[in-house]
Amino acid sequence: MQTLDTLELGQTATIIDFTDDFLSLKFIEMGCLPGEKVKLSNVAPLGDPIAIEVSGYLLSLRKKEASTIVVKILPQNTVESCVI
Amino acid sequence: MSSNSPHISIALIGNPNSGKSTLFNSLTGLNQKTGNYAGVTVDKHYGSYKFKGTDYKITDLPGTYSLYPKSIDEKVACKALLSEKDIIDVVIIVVDSSNLKRHLLLTTQVIDLKKPCVLVLNMIDEAEKNNITIYKNELEKLFDVPVVSVNSRKKLGITELKEAIVKAKVSDSIFYNFEKQKQLLPDSISYRKVIESQFLENKPGINEFELADNIHRFSKINYIVAKCLKQPEQLNKSITQKLDSFFTHKIFGFIFFFFILFVIFQFIFFVAEYPMTLIEESFAQLMNFTSNALPKGKLNDLIVNGILAGLSGIVIFVPQIALLFLFIAILEDTGYMARASFILDKIMRRFGLNGKSVIPMISSVACAVPSIMSTRTITNWKDRIITILVTPLISCSARLPVYTLLISIMFAGKQSLGFFNYQGMVLMGMYVLGFASALLAAFILKHVLKTTEKSYFIMELPVYRKPQWQSVIMLVLGKVKVFLFDAGKIILAISIVLWFLTSHAPSDNINQIETNYKIAISASANDSVKTVLESQMQSEKLEASYAGILGKKMEPAIKPLGFDWKIGIALITSFAAREVFVGTMATIYSSGDADNTETLREKLMAEKNYNTQQPSYSNAVCWSLLIFYVFAMQCMSTLATTYRETKHWKWPAIQLLFMTGLAYLSSLLVFQVLN
Repeated sequence: MQTLDTLELGQTATIIDFTDDFLSLKFIEMGCLPGEKVKLSNVAPLGDPIAIEVSGYLLSLRKKEASTIVVKILPQNTVESCVI
Repeated sequence: MSSNSPHISIALIGNPNSGKSTLFNSLTGLNQKTGNYAGVTVDKHYGSYKFKGTDYKITDLPGTYSLYPKSIDEKVACKALLSEKDIIDVVIIVVDSSNLKRHLLLTTQVIDLKKPCVLVLNMIDEAEKNNITIYKNELEKLFDVPVVSVNSRKKLGITELKEAIVKAKVSDSIFYNFEKQKQLLPDSISYRKVIESQFLENKPGINEFELADNIHRFSKINYIVAKCLKQPEQLNKSITQKLDSFFTHKIFGFIFFFFILFVIFQFIFFVAEYPMTLIEESFAQLMNFTSNALPKGKLNDLIVNGILAGLSGIVIFVPQIALLFLFIAILEDTGYMARASFILDKIMRRFGLNGKSVIPMISSVACAVPSIMSTRTITNWKDRIITILVTPLISCSARLPVYTLLISIMFAGKQSLGFFNYQGMVLMGMYVLGFASALLAAFILKHVLKTTEKSYFIMELPVYRKPQWQSVIMLVLGKVKVFLFDAGKIILAISIVLWFLTSHAPSDNINQIETNYKIAISASANDSVKTVLESQMQSEKLEASYAGILGKKMEPAIKPLGFDWKIGIALITSFAAREVFVGTMATIYSSGDADNTETLREKLMAEKNYNTQQPSYSNAVCWSLLIFYVFAMQCMSTLATTYRETKHWKWPAIQLLFMTGLAYLSSLLVFQVLN
């Protein structure tokens, strides 16, 4: 099972599912829906938190929170850009 | 405008960063006020405008991502929208045009409440710059409410919005899944009832409903976006990306942050000093004038030394508050604050603090009052309370005169150790001790405080924008007003109590002393003798006063710390502000001018203990007193501000008890070990 916190900088993934009930509610209202594409666009200087591009904007979250999002990492070459 | 006169009530609702406040400023101009929602510490912004002969009363609700609140601010926004008491006639839904999809979630929810609505496509200029085209007519058809494009920064579209508000209507469109609602929540008859029911305790099934509802909404929104929006595949966010690579860089990110801190620090520490001196001098002149203008007596004394002195002690904070909020407003407005919080989160979270706790904590090296006020930017309740509680442990500028006096007694005549200067090292040590204790206290509080609000760091990093000067100025003015009128009341009341304690005595003692000295003073021909007699009179009066009596009564309690009743009096009076300690000691030792600490230092060093004939201000006593002032909550203004910012007497009480308790125990330990 791949989770969002394992992404490398610049990598893109599709959201599959959530493992935390409360956080899933928060993620969904922030536009992180299953099927949505996300891209890891920034990592804080100390390695945590991270920032992802989703739904056309930047969202920051801690790695622990990112680990509750199940994703499917997309192969690098097939995704030229992050689709909105 | 009184709330009873006929008017139309409008509420502005939207996601954080939707440019709501700028729009609010454009609509109301200067006709706005800052208040507080009952029972919570969320700022309430409201104002009014007149359009075609009708009065409109407008409230800027706190930003929220949806009608299922996840924080106190969001809860306030949802409750105010549905309030039965202050009924909202028209809802203006504000969305960021360049980030339409996510903002439409709240839009569909609000429309389902079946209240007259207007949809504002805010910051339309930014969308155009990003080559995003929005088909307004299509949106109007699908949402069935008036849609207005606005550029609130340039005030374009404001008149059109005011026109649209007149034509606001209840939409016939429905975005929620009625079947699903019946299945999950059988007793709910409308979407509005569902939203209202979540404020009842532990409503079963509401979380499942929220999940299903929002997913359903987004599938509808995808359809709407596909029909009404044309945008490039790759959004042009290059400026934000470039700035982020600098501001969140491993090295430059921190360098820049410390640079910002340095600038803020310079301003509130040094630049603020000029207006502060001006305020002090003006009040001194005013007090002098009033004292001479009014007939002598008790009333004169109350007005001059009680009320005017108290007011001076309140107004003196204005420059620091204004300057700190000027910076904070700019940092928030430009989007930098979110980045600062992003790069510092990992360090601060260990101590139960937030990335946004850093600026308040550093600022409190100047003063804890503006710092505590600035914790409003911390949205998480627990992080905010911890920051408020520990911030006053950091050594503020009012402690400096106390430190300097005590250190100069301890190290008088001692040579420096090569390159290092003892006095400088001890002084620095006190600052380090303050910081370390604040972090330690935060760490302990993190484990002690319980909260129902869940802590997370899921936060939008907004695009960088130029600061909006109007919003910045409105925020600064609002903060200054809130301090003057809310915290000011409490500070004034305590000042008057302190004035009473130091100027009154149980019997006629004070008058007696005055009469005796008046005779002696008028009898002496020499001016310098007169001055000496005058200061001796002040000293005796203070000793005879309630404060003097209290100080003596306190002596058994503070003796284990090495303090005598004279220090006891100074502890009471310096509750007004820590630096008053020096002035009170100067009065007690009748050393004349409080600004000239040289004589005071000599008198203190010459003071011998009555019983032991040892110097009263031995190193052990000085260390103990020094440590006491590092930790003790000797500041009524801080307590008043904590009350204002937490809306509960519990928090200033806890602050007072834990800080003074810590001070007492530490001084006890220091004195007993060194003595």
